[in-house]
Amino acid sequence: MRHLLSTRDLSRDQAIAILDVAEDMADVADREVKKLPTLRGKTVVNLFFEDSTRTRISFEAAAKRLSADVINFSAKGSSVSKGESLKDTAQTLAAIGADAVVIRHGSSGAPLVLANAGWIEAAIVNAGDGTHEHPTQALLDAFTIRRRLHGPASRGHGLDGVTVTIVGDILHSRVARSNVWLLTTLGASVTLVAPATLLPIGVDEWPVAVLFDLDEALARQADVVMMLRIQSERMHAAFFPNAREYSRQWGLDDGRLDRLGPDSIVMHPGPMNRGLEISAGAADSPQSTVLEQVANGVSVRMAVLYLLLSGERTLS
Amino acid sequence: MTETILVRGATLADGTRTDILVRAGVIAELGKAIFASADRLIDADGLIALPGLVDLHTHLREPGFEQSETVLTGSRAAAIGGFTAVHAMANTSPVADTAGVVEQVQALGVAAGYVTVRPIGAVTVGLEGRQLAEIGAMANSRARVRVFSDDGKCVSDALLMRRALEYVTTFGGVVAQHAQEPRLTEGAQMNEGTLSGELGLAGWPAVAEESIIARDVLLAQHVGARLHICHLSTAGSVDVVRWAKARGIAVTAEVTPHHLLLTEQLASGYDSRYKVNPPLRRDEDVHAVRAGLADGTIDIVATDHAPHPVEAKDCEWEAAAFGMVGLESALSVVQASVVDTGLLDWSDVARVFSRAPAAIGRLDGYDRGIAVGSPAEFTLYDASASRVFDTSRLRGKGLNSPYLETTLPGRVVATIHDGYATVLDGELVEADAVARFAAAAGAREAGVRNG
Repeated sequence: MRHLLSTRDLSRDQAIAILDVAEDMADVADREVKKLPTLRGKTVVNLFFEDSTRTRISFEAAAKRLSADVINFSAKGSSVSKGESLKDTAQTLAAIGADAVVIRHGSSGAPLVLANAGWIEAAIVNAGDGTHEHPTQALLDAFTIRRRLHGPASRGHGLDGVTVTIVGDILHSRVARSNVWLLTTLGASVTLVAPATLLPIGVDEWPVAVLFDLDEALARQADVVMMLRIQSERMHAAFFPNAREYSRQWGLDDGRLDRLGPDSIVMHPGPMNRGLEISAGAADSPQSTVLEQVANGVSVRMAVLYLLLSGERTLS
Repeated sequence: MTETILVRGATLADGTRTDILVRAGVIAELGKAIFASADRLIDADGLIALPGLVDLHTHLREPGFEQSETVLTGSRAAAIGGFTAVHAMANTSPVADTAGVVEQVQALGVAAGYVTVRPIGAVTVGLEGRQLAEIGAMANSRARVRVFSDDGKCVSDALLMRRALEYVTTFGGVVAQHAQEPRLTEGAQMNEGTLSGELGLAGWPAVAEESIIARDVLLAQHVGARLHICHLSTAGSVDVVRWAKARGIAVTAEVTPHHLLLTEQLASGYDSRYKVNPPLRRDEDVHAVRAGLADGTIDIVATDHAPHPVEAKDCEWEAAAFGMVGLESALSVVQASVVDTGLLDWSDVARVFSRAPAAIGRLDGYDRGIAVGSPAEFTLYDASASRVFDTSRLRGKGLNSPYLETTLPGRVVATIHDGYATVLDGELVEADAVARFAAAAGAREAGVRNG
């Protein structure tokens, strides 16, 4: 693997291999010394054009546990906000000697352009691009589901036969896209639930089922219910009337939580809007995996950096 | 200093083989084995003689954006593509919304001498869609503007569009509408469909184009005005224009070469060379616009030549500028998309790329094509050639061609404009010589008018 740009182009075997390495990395977190020397001397740059403290510190923790040197480059307040191009930034990082660039960018496809334009030789990890993909989030979600299902015996398993319902702003969600491709590649059945305004045109050609009615979807007793963050600016663009109506129709409230199967799990990529798309009761219930997802995120990102940077890099 | 040019053995669009004698700016004689002395002899064996191509939609960028293109460099790109006339869009800086700006652009075109440069006037002041520009002043200026467009922006206000259609009619002109409902396309990056959903790029839905065309053909019918639709790109738009023409509405429509050949699939690598407005559409749309051009629903091909500096494209997709250069490749792309596929013959090409656009722009001299007594405006084209299109083929300042590293058919061998050569042996005649010929031709024409 040369870069990690999307889950769309991951094969089932590649995805399982990443998750299995992440299991090894999770074991490291249980040791007294939570650190491996594997990436000593390697430089990982966190290049964040959008604020995302959660994702950045997760990558930072992952790189540091592998003994890499970490440089955090926040584009806000830097030369980038004064008009420097992605190209100039990339060439600067190349000159500094970055071995991997973890990029968060508001423009869909920016990581792919960075990987293909010839500006920099480093491995590129997509940490979320526009409304396109967020592959490490999907990998950590798959890892979390697999661990809940198989516990310590997770290695080698896909997600065959697992039913996953993803609820919320599918249209603008890179998390939803990466999960649709990855979870279905791993054998899961995915159902999307959203008002029609928040579903992309052409979603009927995705390998998923689509429902408008959350209660109808919950009646099917999915193994996993994943709630997506809803952004308040969407209501100003007429995607839905207001937060109250959204919450009534598509929020996971306590009543809906009670109707979930006893073994169903509730996921959320964070940060949560408590009381909007998810009630406090649902977020804090034993069925919620929100904090496991955060912990697993470090393991999965360690696995990705390890696979991209350890040993001789092979040209794709 | 004017040239006498004798072209030996050219094949006209209808298949007739003929010599062409050019003298004093006009086609003096046609026929086999013309006996005449000439300053320049051109062997056109195996070459098609097409009437000079007329582009109704060119961005020459001057004044204001000379780092992208100038009237001179854009004129050179046009000549190497077989054009003898271009219509320069109004979205310059300052905007071409006064007589002063359009006269300046026209004068620059005359001085360059490679093609006839016909300025297009803005419909509204500053292209802002609030009040009408001085349409009468531009129409009556030395530039004699007949095409008015806010291209780049849609005249989206229905009342203002109605008034523009009516007012432009007063001066025998036409409104060329950039059909794009602005609210439906806020932040739009590519065609809206399954692919845009997967790529996470904001969609530009076909309905945003089709709804404006539907509204405007009805407005044109209501007020009895001519309407021209710029760069029509969807199957639904073809249907709407076909319906309007069946009702007798005075609407004309253009399609770009890139919408005849390329599809939205090219966006999947986020390579911003393929970012253009309106966006590349589905395969079904490409086939529909080809069929529309073949059956006459779409009247003309126009390039929407849109040069940009390198840095405007050397970046992520959303930051990149919309647009592609098209003058140098246009005839080859038309050949590849609709001639080699059997939809159009060369007579059709002469119509959609010369006679019809000249008629829409009220440009004289193109109504009879290559005929004795007509102004000598033609191009000699080798349709049997095949070449890898690369930056060495480009003559404007913009390198933002979507065809680089692809193989295209055909090659322009010579272009004759106003009785003198602008392209010979597949290369541009140098700028000084062209400017001298242009000055001499201007003096001759002034003499004709005064005498």
